[in-house]
Amino acid sequence: MRQKVFFTIPYTLWILLFVIAPLVLIFYQSFFNIDGQATLGNYATYLTSRVYLKMTLNSVWYAFLITLVTLVISYPTAYVLNRLPNKQFWLLLVILPTWINLLLKTYAFIGLFSQTGTVNQFLRFVGLGSHQLLFTDASFMFVAAYIEIPFMVLPIFNSLAEINPSLINASKDLGASQWQTFTKVVWPLSLPGVKAGIQAVFIPSLSLFMITRLIGGNRVITLGTAIEEHFLTTQNWGMGSTIGVILILAMFIVMFITGEGRQKGGHRE
Amino acid sequence: MKKLFAATVGILALCLLLAFGDYALNRQTNQSGRRTVTIYNWGDYVDPALISKFEQQTGYHVDYETFDSNESMLTKIRQGGTNYDLVIPSEYTVQRMKREHLIAPLDHRKLPNLHYIDPQFMNRSFDPGNRYSVPYFWGTLGIIYNDQMVDGRDVQHWSQLWNPRLKNNVMLIDSARDVFAMALITQGDSVNTTNYHQLRKAQRHLKQLTPNVKAIIADEMKMYMEQNEAAVGVTYSGDAREMMSVNHHLHYVVPSEGSNIWFDNMVIPKAARNKAAAYQFINFMLEPANAAQNARYVGYATPNRKAKQLLPKRVTADRAFYPPRTTMKHLQTYRDLPLHVLGEYNDLFLEFKMFAK
Repeated sequence: MRQKVFFTIPYTLWILLFVIAPLVLIFYQSFFNIDGQATLGNYATYLTSRVYLKMTLNSVWYAFLITLVTLVISYPTAYVLNRLPNKQFWLLLVILPTWINLLLKTYAFIGLFSQTGTVNQFLRFVGLGSHQLLFTDASFMFVAAYIEIPFMVLPIFNSLAEINPSLINASKDLGASQWQTFTKVVWPLSLPGVKAGIQAVFIPSLSLFMITRLIGGNRVITLGTAIEEHFLTTQNWGMGSTIGVILILAMFIVMFITGEGRQKGGHRE
Repeated sequence: MKKLFAATVGILALCLLLAFGDYALNRQTNQSGRRTVTIYNWGDYVDPALISKFEQQTGYHVDYETFDSNESMLTKIRQGGTNYDLVIPSEYTVQRMKREHLIAPLDHRKLPNLHYIDPQFMNRSFDPGNRYSVPYFWGTLGIIYNDQMVDGRDVQHWSQLWNPRLKNNVMLIDSARDVFAMALITQGDSVNTTNYHQLRKAQRHLKQLTPNVKAIIADEMKMYMEQNEAAVGVTYSGDAREMMSVNHHLHYVVPSEGSNIWFDNMVIPKAARNKAAAYQFINFMLEPANAAQNARYVGYATPNRKAKQLLPKRVTADRAFYPPRTTMKHLQTYRDLPLHVLGEYNDLFLEFKMFAK
């Protein structure tokens, strides 16, 4: 017993110092205005400001779209990967891009999408003429989805791999069609992976800010942009923290929605 | 298991090796420890050859560290524990550091070369009598344009950026003060206004610019302008010079009706350990030959009158980088505004960006 306590010390310390303490600090900071006086004003400003509310809606909407696009691409990918020989190798290829620095990948996309970039060169070559690709919603979504895809594929792949093949065989033996097997057996059993993937993608997407500037040209504004501005430019840490608290709340909501479903799934098994 | 063991040993050995290398390197610099001067400056903002020259001349070892924004530099110095001997902030940050007692007053007797600085750059409102700071470089906010995509005559003034012909072709720098400066000047107000009505009016004016705004970005603008992504950009003279050296179709204009003029200045923090060396370095950089060499390397405009004479005519006759007196008269420096006013600038800017579609 004592040994057990001993072994949990590093973990407890870690949680206290790097998870609990920062959260408490953010929460604490959010109750101070720019002159260091305690106030609820930051929340009042947030809740009554058309700008912040619209920004929140924007963030949720874009995060939703990014998650949706990522899911639509990732599920079939994970499904196919699972059926390939050497599937670990193919999975590695999907994960490989995460080894490269995020900024570097974003800059690479600038090179691809610019007026003189590779994509436009190709478009001109096939006679479609050059198009404005950068600073559009489409290019922003594309890059964000590209970056998030590995984080969606991985949990789905794992949950698909865990499905006992005899369940699928049984379903087929009992006369279910390919489609029925998928909707009644494979999809419900892979749901935990899908939910984990949604959490892993939706939450970071809410506060993306580098890509909104580099690829979106600040024509897409999310809460991350506002936080960056409050901490770096206006030095209004209180307001920045308030938006941080709102984001944390949003994440709890997402965790709650996706988490509960998972338990139900567990009961059915 | 054996493999795991081998891997662990391998990683540990590598760590030890790195730790030893680190130790060895540190010892080397520590040997000259008492003779070290630490300089905290913007990236790539001094000719490295001058650093070596200074080291040879004085025997000091120069530790050169860099920052990428006044705000991040300020946060670091404010938090203490730093021992920078010389820092190079912009003028509004000098004002703030002064107010927060972070920098030490300068003893002008130890700076005999100070008289080389052009009097028009001395005794500015951000530091009367230059008690705390010595100008290092100066520059402006202006318009950069691509002569293949737009006629130069159409982009000489701020108000021309609102021309519908520039639809979706203007890039703005992602900075509240600079974008508002542009709008405030077109309506004849001060770039340091604290009048909320003037700010609101400027914002309404900016909203009309929206159809022309292609993107609001930071350093990436250099790359985009070089690659002909947009016809016009609003940016700083130093960045403009860099872009122009890559793409020869680019030109830079400082609107004659007024713009922002900024200064980067050498200051000595209170926490400096080696003030004697810092003075020597400032003096060294004020030496006309050195200042001229530095200006050639960095490409910004030098406030050093004697050094300017040493620069090629081609450079100093360039009205974009050394504007004529009539334009100079209309240039305004940013003052450090109260935090809540800065907040207003930024909130209005954020709102402008929100609806910039």
